[in-house]
Amino acid sequence: MADTVKKRPADSTAIPPRSKSALRRRWWERPKVIPYLLVAPAILCELLVHFIPMVAGVVMSFFALTLFTLHHWSSAPFAGLSNFRVAVDVHGPIGSALLHSFEITVPYTILVVGISWVLGMVAAIGLNAEFKGRSWLRSALLIPYALPVYVGIIVWSFMLQRSTGVVNTILVRDLHVLHSPPFWLLGNDAFWAMVAAAVWRWFPFAFLILLASLANISPQLYEAASVDGASAWRQFRSITLPSVRSANLVLVLVLFLWNFNDFNTPYVMFGNSPPSSADLLSLHIYVVSFDSWNFGLGSAMSVLLMIFLLIVSMIYLRVLRRGGEFNV
Amino acid sequence: MSESAAVKWFRRITLILIAAFALFPVFIILETTVKPLADVQNTFQWIPTHITFSPYVQIWTTIPLLHYFVDSVIVSVSSTVVAVLLAIFAGYAISRFEFRGRRVFSLAVLSTQMFPGILFLLPLYLIYVNVGQAVGISLYGSYLGLIITYLTFALPFAVWMLAGFFSSIPRDIEEAALVDGSSHWGALFRIVLPVARPGIVAVSVFAFMTAWGEVLFASVLTTSSTRTLAIGLQEYATQGNTDWNQLMAASVVVSLPVVIGFLALQRYLVRGLTSGSVK
Repeated sequence: MADTVKKRPADSTAIPPRSKSALRRRWWERPKVIPYLLVAPAILCELLVHFIPMVAGVVMSFFALTLFTLHHWSSAPFAGLSNFRVAVDVHGPIGSALLHSFEITVPYTILVVGISWVLGMVAAIGLNAEFKGRSWLRSALLIPYALPVYVGIIVWSFMLQRSTGVVNTILVRDLHVLHSPPFWLLGNDAFWAMVAAAVWRWFPFAFLILLASLANISPQLYEAASVDGASAWRQFRSITLPSVRSANLVLVLVLFLWNFNDFNTPYVMFGNSPPSSADLLSLHIYVVSFDSWNFGLGSAMSVLLMIFLLIVSMIYLRVLRRGGEFNV
Repeated sequence: MSESAAVKWFRRITLILIAAFALFPVFIILETTVKPLADVQNTFQWIPTHITFSPYVQIWTTIPLLHYFVDSVIVSVSSTVVAVLLAIFAGYAISRFEFRGRRVFSLAVLSTQMFPGILFLLPLYLIYVNVGQAVGISLYGSYLGLIITYLTFALPFAVWMLAGFFSSIPRDIEEAALVDGSSHWGALFRIVLPVARPGIVAVSVFAFMTAWGEVLFASVLTTSSTRTLAIGLQEYATQGNTDWNQLMAASVVVSLPVVIGFLALQRYLVRGLTSGSVK
């Protein structure tokens, strides 16, 4: 963004003297003041809802904020690192539950981001050519992303109902792939129900970003490669991937963060009591905090989550920014 | 580039499969809304025994859908209006002025998108409850609290997108006006805004969608009198005996405004969303 902004040439000095209003500039009309006035309201709101609560959250994690102290929160006793100790004690019930939730969230995120990326990429390559009905198809692929999040998740819950759902009907009655209909929304299969709903929502986003990025590649590159006898796979690796690299860098990071923090999918599917295979971290922390009203512990877990995400993001950016050629 | 027939067919089949995956749930939603209750309570059937539109009528009395709808409209429209207004100012500053802290500001605003919502949900809840008790402005359980919260969710991307739109507008007209003695404020409102109208509409749709679909904060910050659609429908979906044909009818009703808005403005939205990442 920085390079799009140029210094404004010819400031107030260049204004002809006959324009009187320009001479009698009030303080809020000075070019030095205006930008700050313009960003001030936005900053104020972000401070109020994001930065102050975030700092407060970090502070809260060091206090024993429980059901008993919550109403007199300003006098809650300092707890040092004890909330963190409880959260990472993998032998205690709370720590082991948190670890289990982490162990669910990691494969969930990897699967959702990976499958969404591949599907989005395939769709983007497929649509990166002129053909009849292209714009219709593009709109169709974007519908899952345009729907409100909760509507998409609710329809997947409906489709995955055991006896009345369409998925089991296809698998058992129509195709005879399975003998008895599985309970998709109970036990271990709940994990796959979430993955399906999340991939369905996120692959259109990957598609959108990748398609915009593919459109910038000159077709002549592919023509030249074909003349040289490069295979489609080789062209994909040597032309397509390097060209979308910078879009990809952001896309994968954003998808990773959004899905690692995913609260909507398990909450809309299962409410406050998800099956243990669907107990993603955000919902887990939410339930721990609001079931027991132990906000100190909940904040400590959130801080751990944030630290983990910061470290992963930094390593990711460090490694990929430095690497010259992009290899998947 | 000339393609062989095999490649062409491979492309077609792959795209059809992906489109089927994307559209199948949409088909299920629409199909279910015209099925009688008996059809959705028994084994799934591809073809309804008869077509009925009564789910679209019944859902309004089964759950307080109108109430949820009004709550969502109030919250989403208000937060959109304020967010877009603030984003116009901030976006204009970023695209037209060189000022100290500009880069830090844009980075900080964007990074708020990346942090786990749960981290600031707990303190925000405490802050809202306590502000209510101390000052008397109720933020917890009120529209106001939710409006302030949602406008900050939409703000980062809105600023980013609008800064991109403004930067693509040539400065010549604006500078001519400045030379003629118009103030920066006058130039913004009389010259830049009319030209940027499509971008502003697209950003508004985006901000509206953000508020319309939000679940996490609504589940904590609303009470029964301010329940939004997200929580109203989620509650009905996860309770024991859901009439799915009615719930799907409600889904259609709540999706129409955002889907239409999104598809109508997708060109501008796509340009806005990708302007940063494709740099």
